[in-house]
Order: sequence, then C-alpha cells, then structure tokens
Amino acid sequence: MALLEMRDVHVTYRSQEGPIPAVRGVNLTLDPGQILGVAGESGCGKSTLASTVLRLFPADATVTGEVLVDGDNVLTMKWGQVRAARWAKASIVFQGALHSLNPIQRIDKQLMEPILLHEKDVNENAARKRVVELLEQVGLPGRLADAYPHQMSGGQKQRVMIALALACRPQVLIADEPTTALDVMVQAQVLDLLSSIARDHGLALMIISHDLSVLATTCDEVLVMYAGKVVEAGPAAEVFEHPKHPYTRALSGAFPTIGDMTSRFAPSGLPGDPPLPGELVSGCPFRPRCPEAEDRCAEAEPDLRPATDEQFAACIHIGEAVST
Amino acid sequence: MSLDEQVSAEPAKVESVRAVSRQRRRASRRRFVAAFSKQRGGVAGVVLLAFFVATALLAPLLFPSDMLDVTRTISNPANAPPSSEFWLGTDENGRSILALLAWGARISLTVGISASIITMIIGTLVGIGSGHFGGWFGALLERLTDWFLVLPFIPLVIVLASVLNSRGVWVMVAVLGVTSWPGTARLVRAQTLSVEGRPYLERAKVLGDSNWQQMTRHVLPNVMPLVLANTTLTVAIVILSETTLGFLGLGDPFTDSWGTMLDRASASGAASTGAWWYLLPPGFCVILVVLAFTLIGRALEVVLNPRLGER
Amino acid sequence: MALRDVAAHEFPESGPEAGLREPSAKATKGGLARFTGRRLLAAAGTLVWVLLANFFLFRLLPGDPAARYRGVRNIDPAELARIREELSAPMWNQFVGYLKDPLQLSGISSWKGEPVWDLVGGRFWPTIVLLGTSTIIATVVGVWIGIKAGWNRGGRFDKASTGVTLLFYATPEFWLGLILILLFSTGVWIFPGVFPSRGVIDSGLDPLSIAGIQSIAFHTVLPATALAVVYLAEYSLIMRASMVDELGQDYLTTARAKGLMDRLVRRRHAVPNASLPTITLIFLNLGFVIGGAITVETVFSYPGLGLLTFEAVSQNDLALMQALFLIFSVSILVFNVIADVLIAAIDPRIRV
Repeated sequence: MALLEMRDVHVTYRSQEGPIPAVRGVNLTLDPGQILGVAGESGCGKSTLASTVLRLFPADATVTGEVLVDGDNVLTMKWGQVRAARWAKASIVFQGALHSLNPIQRIDKQLMEPILLHEKDVNENAARKRVVELLEQVGLPGRLADAYPHQMSGGQKQRVMIALALACRPQVLIADEPTTALDVMVQAQVLDLLSSIARDHGLALMIISHDLSVLATTCDEVLVMYAGKVVEAGPAAEVFEHPKHPYTRALSGAFPTIGDMTSRFAPSGLPGDPPLPGELVSGCPFRPRCPEAEDRCAEAEPDLRPATDEQFAACIHIGEAVST
Repeated sequence: MSLDEQVSAEPAKVESVRAVSRQRRRASRRRFVAAFSKQRGGVAGVVLLAFFVATALLAPLLFPSDMLDVTRTISNPANAPPSSEFWLGTDENGRSILALLAWGARISLTVGISASIITMIIGTLVGIGSGHFGGWFGALLERLTDWFLVLPFIPLVIVLASVLNSRGVWVMVAVLGVTSWPGTARLVRAQTLSVEGRPYLERAKVLGDSNWQQMTRHVLPNVMPLVLANTTLTVAIVILSETTLGFLGLGDPFTDSWGTMLDRASASGAASTGAWWYLLPPGFCVILVVLAFTLIGRALEVVLNPRLGER
Repeated sequence: MALRDVAAHEFPESGPEAGLREPSAKATKGGLARFTGRRLLAAAGTLVWVLLANFFLFRLLPGDPAARYRGVRNIDPAELARIREELSAPMWNQFVGYLKDPLQLSGISSWKGEPVWDLVGGRFWPTIVLLGTSTIIATVVGVWIGIKAGWNRGGRFDKASTGVTLLFYATPEFWLGLILILLFSTGVWIFPGVFPSRGVIDSGLDPLSIAGIQSIAFHTVLPATALAVVYLAEYSLIMRASMVDELGQDYLTTARAKGLMDRLVRRRHAVPNASLPTITLIFLNLGFVIGGAITVETVFSYPGLGLLTFEAVSQNDLALMQALFLIFSVSILVFNVIADVLIAAIDPRIRV
C-alpha cells in the first residue's frame, strides 16, 4: 500500500487581489522504499504541495482533494490527530539554512523535543541517547548535541535537519530543497545520505528541488511541476535524458552534463519568468515561454498523456489523452 | 529617448533630464500619499494634528490675548466649574481654561517641532559621520553617542534647564534638542552602515565621489525617510518632556503651556478640591497631540519600510 | 579514488568535522563568565565618562556658585569658607579636587546646609519601593499583553489592546497621578476617596512593622499605578513588535511541524527569541523610568529621591543635584550591564 497518496489536490491561497491557485490538481503515490523527485521553478507550487502532507499551509488557504498518509486523510483529521501524525508518521527535512533551527536552543533539546512529545514512555536520558545515535547516523559526531546552531556549518546544519526529521521514525520523509545553499561537494553527500537512509529504513522519500540534475541521480521517479500542475512524470533517468515536455527540456538543458562538452555550448535557459499563480493564460500555462507553442495550445489545458510506457507529459504534441 | 541620449544631446536638451527626474519625484510622491492614506492610524493622526495646528494658529483670533492677562480677568469668577460663559471653567486667576488650552497648543507644537528639527539635524550629522568615517573619527562619534545615551534623559534635561538659569521657551527648545539626538544618531548610524554596504556605493567611491558627495547624494536620500519617521516620533517625546518641565516649574513662567497649567492646577490644589475641569483638559490635550504624532510616525515607518507592513 | 573521497580530503568544509568551533557545553558556560568580565570592564570606562560629565555639567553654570550658599542659615562658617574657597579655585584645581572625591561625600547642600549624603540616604528606600512595584507590575502585565497581541496579530485582542496602549503611552504619568488623586483620594462623582495622597507612611509607624508595611502599601498604590500604567503601555508595544518580528521565522514552522500545540510553539520558541530585543529596548528606556519617578513622587509628595530632585531643583541646590544626578547615571549604567549579561545568558550567539 502506498504510504503517501495525493488525489486531485488543489490548494488556493486567499489574498487581497483575490484567490490564488497554487496547486491545481496533483496526483501522486509514494510506496515504501521509493524515492520520488518533484522538480520545478519557484512559484510552481511544489513547496505548497509538500505543506499539505503535514497540514502546514496557512489557515485561510482552501485545500480540496485527498492527502492520504498511511491510509488516513490528513485534510479531514481532527487537529489532535494531525499533531500526532506530524513527525511520527511523516516529517519534513527543511532547508537547514539560517533559521530552520531555534538559534538560542541547544541541538539536543531541539531533537529531543519531538521524541518526548510523541513517545510518552521515553524519559529524557533515553531521548538524549537517541539523539546522539541520530547524529551519528547522519555522519555527525555525537558531541554536536551540545552545540548551538550558529556554531555549525551549512552542511552540518542540513545533516542535523535530517537527523531531526528521523527522530520519531516516520514512514514518509519529505526533503524540501535539501541541497540549496550548499556547496556542490556537500550536496552530493547529503543526497547520498538521504537515499541510503530511505532505502535502509524502507521510507517513502520525496525530494523537492528546482535543480533537475540533483533529482536525476538520486530518485526513482520524477514529477515536473509548472504553474501548480504536473507537466511531466516518469522514471528519473528517462525524464532527465529524454524529456518529453518542452518545459522539462528547457529545465534539463539549463544544467550542463558533466563530461559532455557539447552540452555547455548548447543554448539553454528559458526566456521570461514563471507565471504568477494568479495570472495564468488560457489553455496551456507554458504557452508564453514555449518554443513549440501553436495556436491550438490556447484552446485547452492538456492533460498528462502517455509518451512512452512509463513517461507522461502534459503537452498537446504527445499522443492521446489519458484519463488520470 | 533614453536618459543617456538625453544627456549627451545639446545643452538645451539637458533641461529634459531635470524634467524627467521631476516627473519621477512627483510620481513617487503620489505613490507615497496613496500608501499613507491606506494607514488608518496615520490618517487619524493627521486629522488630529490638523485640528491642533488650526487651534494653535487661530488662538489669537478666537481668544484675544488679553483673555490671558491676569490683571484683566480679576473680575471673573475664580476656580469656577464649566458654565455657559466659560465652557471649561476658569483657573485660579479667573482666566478661561479653554483660552489657556488654545494658547498652550502654540507652545507645545512650537517646542515640539523646533526641538525635533534640532535633534534631527544633530542626530543625522553624527549618525552619518560615525557610520561613514572609519578610524578614530567614526569611533569617536560612536562612543559619544553611546555615552550620551547612558545619561538619564529627564534628569539631564532638568539639570541643564536649571543650570542655565533662564526660563525662556527657546532655552527649552535648545535643551531638548541637544539632549534628544543620541536616539536618532544611533538609528542613522545603523542605516548608514547598511546603505554603505550596498554595491552602488562602492561604485561611487571607485568613480571618485568625495566623502561629502557620497554622504549627501547617496547615503542621505536613503537615510532621510527613516529619519523623518523617527523625528515624528521624537516630537511626541519632546512634547511629553516639555510638559514635564512645565509641570516641574522649569518652563517659561510668562507663557502658559499645558505643563505650566498643570503645575498651577496642582499648586492651587485642584486635585483635592475636585476641580476636574482644570486637571482633565490639559492632560487630554497632551495625550491627543502626542498620540497624533505617534500614529503618524508609526504609519510613516510602515509606509517607508515595507517589511514592517506586516504589523 | 572516487571524486567524493578527494573532496572529503581536500575540502574540510565538507567533512563532518568542518567548521566546528565550540562544541562543548563547558566552553559556552565559560563564555558567559568571560562576557560578563568584558562587559564590566567596558562599564568601568563608561563610569569614568559619567564622573566627568557629572563634573562639567555642574560647572557650566553662569554666575557665582558660592552665592547660592549665602541664604543658608545654619551652616558652619568654617564649612562655608571652605566651600567658597573651593568654588572660586581655578577649574583645573577644582577638577583635581573632584577626582579625589568623585562622590562628593563632603558636599554641602546649599538649601539645607547639611551634608548632601545625609539628605540622600533616607530617601533611597521609598523610591526603591515605588519603582520596584511599578516596574514589576508593568513588566509582567505589559509583556503578557504584548505577547498575546503580537501572536494573534490583527485579531480583536490585538486591535483593542494596541489602541488602549497607544493612548496610555501618550499619557503624562504625573497627570495620571493627579487624576488618580482626584478620583481615589479626593473622591469625585462615583469614585471613592480612600487612598492617601501624600507621603509614604503614616507618621509614627515603624516601616518594618506589619502596620507600617500596610501603611506603606496603602500609600504606594496610587503612585505605583500611575507609573505602572504608562510603563506597561510602552513595554507591551515593544513586546508586541518583537513578537510580530518573530512570527515569520522558519524555526517556528519547524516547531509546528514537529506536532507541538500552538501554545507551546509560542511559549518555548517564539517568546524566548522575542524577549531579546524586548529586554534591550526596555533597559534602553530606563532613563524615562527615572523621570517618571521624579514627577510622580512630586505629585504625591512621596519622600523618595525623585521628590528630593524636585526640591533640589526648586531650591537651586547644585551640590544636591550633582549627587542625585550621579546616583541616577550610575543606576542606569548598572542596569545596562545587567541587561547585557541577561541577554548573553539567553542568546549564545552574543557570547562569542
């Protein structure tokens, strides 16, 4: 059974200028031991999507659809159940950058907090021992438990965030931009750590990133989001090497392939900016920036269509429509 | 035509550069007014302030100055509660409290605004100086600011006012202006440091702008908005201080400010005889004027620093 | 060798040991002691400045300083001669003399003719009682209001409390004192006149007896209320602003994601962080607390240092004013040091 399942999820924010649709109908499933990547530029809705799993979106946002964590719909739970599910069933690895950790609290206290909260039979000593184990599990020395966040480097803080996310032994792990603001070398280590932990513990892991190359090597499957919808889905290597949607092509072309000299000379990058969630054009939202746009692209928004057996893309140039 | 083309054109065309910048300034002023009018607190403050400014300006017309002349009001009932003739009653000399309030507005607003202007000038100069100049000069100015902040404000003001031994309104303006600048200087220094960290100032330095040019053409325009917001809040504090000085007997004994009114009210035992018409109005006036400046200052802060808009 | 192994070897930043400065608890605790030491040293320097300011401030005056003593009746003529000699000496000699006795323990009041410190000594405890009670009440209530208003920013409580606090922030504390006397001491309309309006204790009572303490409490209610209400307004505005600044911080999202109740997120994470700028700003405004004490004690004839200051000013007694100014300045200095140490105790980043 899928540990995480999203069915037709829509998230609409309220603002002074009117409702803003951040996520417009996303479906996904995540099985134990599976690593799913979600790629897209900022503003495409990927972080909003992640926030639905733990119900961390603002109170005035409207969310429809179903978000099932281990079979239970998070969106219809009572708050007490949501709080119990948070961290224990699913947890998020936030960006470890400046302020994801309380700057005036020691690391051990911050990591012990969810353990003591969710596991009533664990006392402080036992919790502290577990914290030291967690730190060692992510490759940090146990004595870091006595440190404060400002005493650590960016890479160490990111590892602490991973250790924190694992504190209550969740079944679902979401990593939101885990490698942004880190050096390339540290990025590789963090990704390795995440994937090995996921495999060892049989977690369902979702990695969110704007960097498609980061996802290509670590994930099994990849979803590419644009303007609140999934525009391409498929096995990671396939999506990266043979992208079917024009947006994905631009996205993967933006990152040169190491070892392939020609990729650095090919024109890449995309003119324009991603659309603001409240200002979408008619038909396909990618139309204004798409090099392959036609007149009929303005008529209707394309659904995800099968491009191959395992790859789907939401572009009018691909086969016939698939009912999803 | 782009700005560069305009500049390199003949001298006659240079005028259009100025026209362009004038247009831009007009546009940004309009934007500012639009943003400010969305701040309900700020608008309320402006209305309140306008009322008091009007009162202060019209006082000589509405309440001729001989109404305050003690020798002429001898025939009026003294310490009288409000009546149809004296809407707010009279003081111990038979003078109309309403008239005294109107004239008092002139003092509070004059002292408040004048002293704050002095504070603004000194504070901005010291603040930019200590933020811009490195080395011993900047450090000295910074030390000076911090040391001044250690001295307790009201006692310092009291001591200066009594040591200088004269009791005029302008002495008070000078004393208050000279003691209030450290707060502004600190703010300006922090803002100068943040502005100077920005790349375009590096560029200006490399291009050869002198210290003076850097400070006036680059730092000053960026610092001014916050200084204005801060100065508005300073007026509020100065008016409270001026009222306090008046109450303690350190004000000008020949002028009637709200503070001296309260001093005389207290001295004539208004609190124990129950002369509420003498005690309440001056206090209310102080509260409303200080509130007006505080509301305006807070609204300015929000408008000029969008990050604070979340409040 | 894989690229990754090379990286771990050549770029220490990327290894687990990278960038670690002070991991052990012992080092950070020692850090607080060292910080306090440094702070006290800096305070000593500021103390020198305070003494200098104290000297020059009172020498600025125009006119003959010795003339002030002419009106005093019961002064010992030898003392008078000594004072006159002192005050007419060249400035440099005066300065040297001052440095030998900066506290002016031998200073004579030109108003009463007595040694200045005799007058000051007995006035300490009423001011401590008054300021102690009012600042404690103002801090506890004001901070609570600020937290509640800031956390639920834009809500009903916030709108109501911000309006009320702005109003009280604009209120002169001595005027509030006068009104309180009018309402609760004289008694006007429906208000009962029960509280005393003068003094700190009924005459004849021992301040340390039960009856004495009751009397002191009774006398302190109105003046402390006048001060507390105005300070409370300021503290609550400051705390509210600090809380609102913390609201958007990422670590609060982390705390919520862990499953903590809203109340705990606020109490354990937001409030401690928000208290840092609050402590700074509250202590920065201590000068106004002293000013408030002066005016309120005057209104209530409350025999503390504040009333003494008013009396010194009215009588133009510079020696007394000098001693009082020194006391106030040193108090502010001491409280600034306390504030800094308090912040360093809460915020480990400061201790570095």
